[in-house]
Amino acid sequence: MPAFFSELIAILSRAIASGMPFLYGSTGETLTEKSGHLNLGIPGIMCVGASSGCVAIAAYAGSVGGLENGNPFLCLLLSVLASVSGGVLMGLIYCFLTVTLRANQNVTGLALTTFGTGVSTYMISKVENADFVPANKFFTYSVRNAVGHNAFTDSWFGELFLSYGFMIYLAIIIAVIAAYVLKKTRIGLNLRAVGENPATADAAGVNVSRYKYVFTCIGSGIAALGGLCYIMDNLNGNWEYSISEIGWLSIALVIFTLWRPNLGILGSVVFGALRILGNSNFIRGVDKSILQMLPYLVTILVLVVVSMRNRRENQPPAHLGQNYFREER
Amino acid sequence: MTRPAIELRGITKTFGSIVANKNIDLDVRYGEILSILGENGSGKTTLMNMISGIYFPDAGQILINGHEVVIRSPKDAFAHGIGMIHQHFKLVDVFSAAENIVLGHEEKRFNKKAIAAEVREICELYGFDVDPEKKIYEMSVSEKQTVEIIKVLYRGADILILDEPTAVLTPQETEKLFAVLRRMRDAGKAIVIITHKLHEVLSLSDRVSVLRKGEYIGTVKTAETDETALTEMMVGKKVSLNIERNDPKSLEKRLEVKDLTCIDREGTQVLSNISFSANGGEILGIAGIAGSGQRELLEAIAGLQKYQTGEILYFDPATGETESLKDKTPMQIRELGVRLSFVPEDRLGMGLVGNMDIVDNMMLRSYRGGKSAFLDRKKPKDLADEIIEELEVATPGVHTQVRKLSGGNVQKVLVGREIAAAPTVFMAAYPVRGLDINSSYMIYNLLNKQKENGVAVIFVGEDLDVLIELCDRILVIGSGQITGLVDARRVTKEEIGLLMTRSVSSDGAAPEKEGEKE
Repeated sequence: MPAFFSELIAILSRAIASGMPFLYGSTGETLTEKSGHLNLGIPGIMCVGASSGCVAIAAYAGSVGGLENGNPFLCLLLSVLASVSGGVLMGLIYCFLTVTLRANQNVTGLALTTFGTGVSTYMISKVENADFVPANKFFTYSVRNAVGHNAFTDSWFGELFLSYGFMIYLAIIIAVIAAYVLKKTRIGLNLRAVGENPATADAAGVNVSRYKYVFTCIGSGIAALGGLCYIMDNLNGNWEYSISEIGWLSIALVIFTLWRPNLGILGSVVFGALRILGNSNFIRGVDKSILQMLPYLVTILVLVVVSMRNRRENQPPAHLGQNYFREER
Repeated sequence: MTRPAIELRGITKTFGSIVANKNIDLDVRYGEILSILGENGSGKTTLMNMISGIYFPDAGQILINGHEVVIRSPKDAFAHGIGMIHQHFKLVDVFSAAENIVLGHEEKRFNKKAIAAEVREICELYGFDVDPEKKIYEMSVSEKQTVEIIKVLYRGADILILDEPTAVLTPQETEKLFAVLRRMRDAGKAIVIITHKLHEVLSLSDRVSVLRKGEYIGTVKTAETDETALTEMMVGKKVSLNIERNDPKSLEKRLEVKDLTCIDREGTQVLSNISFSANGGEILGIAGIAGSGQRELLEAIAGLQKYQTGEILYFDPATGETESLKDKTPMQIRELGVRLSFVPEDRLGMGLVGNMDIVDNMMLRSYRGGKSAFLDRKKPKDLADEIIEELEVATPGVHTQVRKLSGGNVQKVLVGREIAAAPTVFMAAYPVRGLDINSSYMIYNLLNKQKENGVAVIFVGEDLDVLIELCDRILVIGSGQITGLVDARRVTKEEIGLLMTRSVSSDGAAPEKEGEKE
């Protein structure tokens, strides 16, 4: 294998792994936005998702007297469940404020981001980092680890497809399911109608509030996993507050991929690649901060192009950001 | 075929302190078309919204097929076979016709082919013409309405309620709709149409129920009544339905539009090669399907809309000079002494500021005139008082926020303010939209008075009967082109209808913008 080719594969493989936290965030936000709610609380939700997942590992480790005595599957399951629950709880707060009380969505979302960052700081300060860092090996346990290194697992195929922990695959599976549900099912049709024109959906007999609640909460739960994936997979279990950066970029990714989770898979890999570029010395002589801006710049470019082409199918849901009240006159 | 489908007993609904419906009894029967007649704000739509599950009544009973039912949501209404076609179409723009038709319909399978086949079957049965795969935003208004009707039929509705279904249709499309409705009636369905147009009531329905200010006045057989009697029931007193139209005298050219072509931001040509002139001392009507370029044309004259080619000339009556209005801002147009008064279609959006009171809204037109650094509210207040007095605006006082007034009163404040500016060209787009009969005729008289004073009045209207009765000449536009200029004294409604659709049929669907606004 030529050296250039193997280097390219290695970069792509890293791009995929670092792109998946974005994919969780953007799939979750897409589902939320399809119900007509712009949830700017995603960064906070990802923080809470990460910290609840970490706290769950620490608690489990404590209860069995050290991770080495525990069951890896149970540990992962508890962590993922805790992370999703944390996200869903945040989603419930958001829904109660914006759907039931019809508070301003932008303000609520921003408040939730601040709140989520604070809550996760508090949660992490209560556990020893050492309790959850070792769980990293469970998260990154790949097929290659399972069958051992051989000619096949070390080939480009093995590097590209068999070298990841389960959360990378889970992100793609969730995105594919989300795309299918949105496009091909009656539930997806109803959900899109709620975001496009809630009065129409309501008159057609769709329970608008229920759809908004359910999909905003599911979306928050999915986004929360992005935070966990970032900490436990990408950062090998080292806590960092850059999670909220991932959150903001995920919201940008939703626009970048025109509200389509299947495009999100590709888009997240692009964002992942841009992010490694920003954090590496891959391109010499260019300031790192400029490279770190790339994902945002690309999103702005996409916005310009999409607005110019102005195809109705590529626009955000028509009632995005507007709360619905049936008896308004 | 007189089995009752719906019986309402003592229905009452209030919104805050406003009583929308008060103790209403009403019967709807299978195999008949019932008209609900009433002025704007008389509670017709509210009443029907309670049957279709949008609102919930505060008191009273609803009986369907003789059994008392509780309708808490549109879903419940469907379960009882009730389908409502709303005035503002309840359609998702980016969905196809078929997707809109199955929306919210709970069946396990979701097979696009089977749905399309079923839609075609309904189309054949009642003689509709719709492509199930076509996106709503590509459709004309009447196609959208057809989708709405198919939607309720697909759900198996036996009771159809149509809210002002003809408001946006041409006379030809209206006839087609009526034919479909009659076919459905003959198939045994119960049909309710909400309207305030008397001639439609008389030509279509079997019985008429009249509402006035939220109260039920009575029901009569259509065959046993006439326009005068119905108007009396609707308004509560005798009203003369004639518009006094004098022959225009001392016509002088005031405004000339030459070859105006206008392309909007999305790149569609909204106006092409428009040429006409407007004279002082006459009312020039503009007819056309909603969204055919009327708004852009008026905005171009007022300086609010940029145009690519063409010219607009203004003949100043005071100096006798000719001014070109091209590339001038609205403010410059005013400063030049060119006075245009403009009542935008969207009265609260562009004409008035909802959160400001009547006095402050008067000042929007005059605040630049003052010399002192402080605002002088005396004159605007006098003007507000005058308008309230003369136009009979129902308001608690001059300091009431405009958005708290009812639609008709808002319109009166706007028209009053624009007329008070003593214009030489007065443009009004849909000035009677949402007004009751009395207020409408008051506005018509105001326009006539402007005409008598030598003002060039340009009137964009939607009711062809009124256009024919009020105007001197009528300019017909379709898809941004002039399709005819006719003498209002000799033309018939059908002729105008044909002109309205002329260019539409040659190049497909007309660009339609009205429906998107809520």
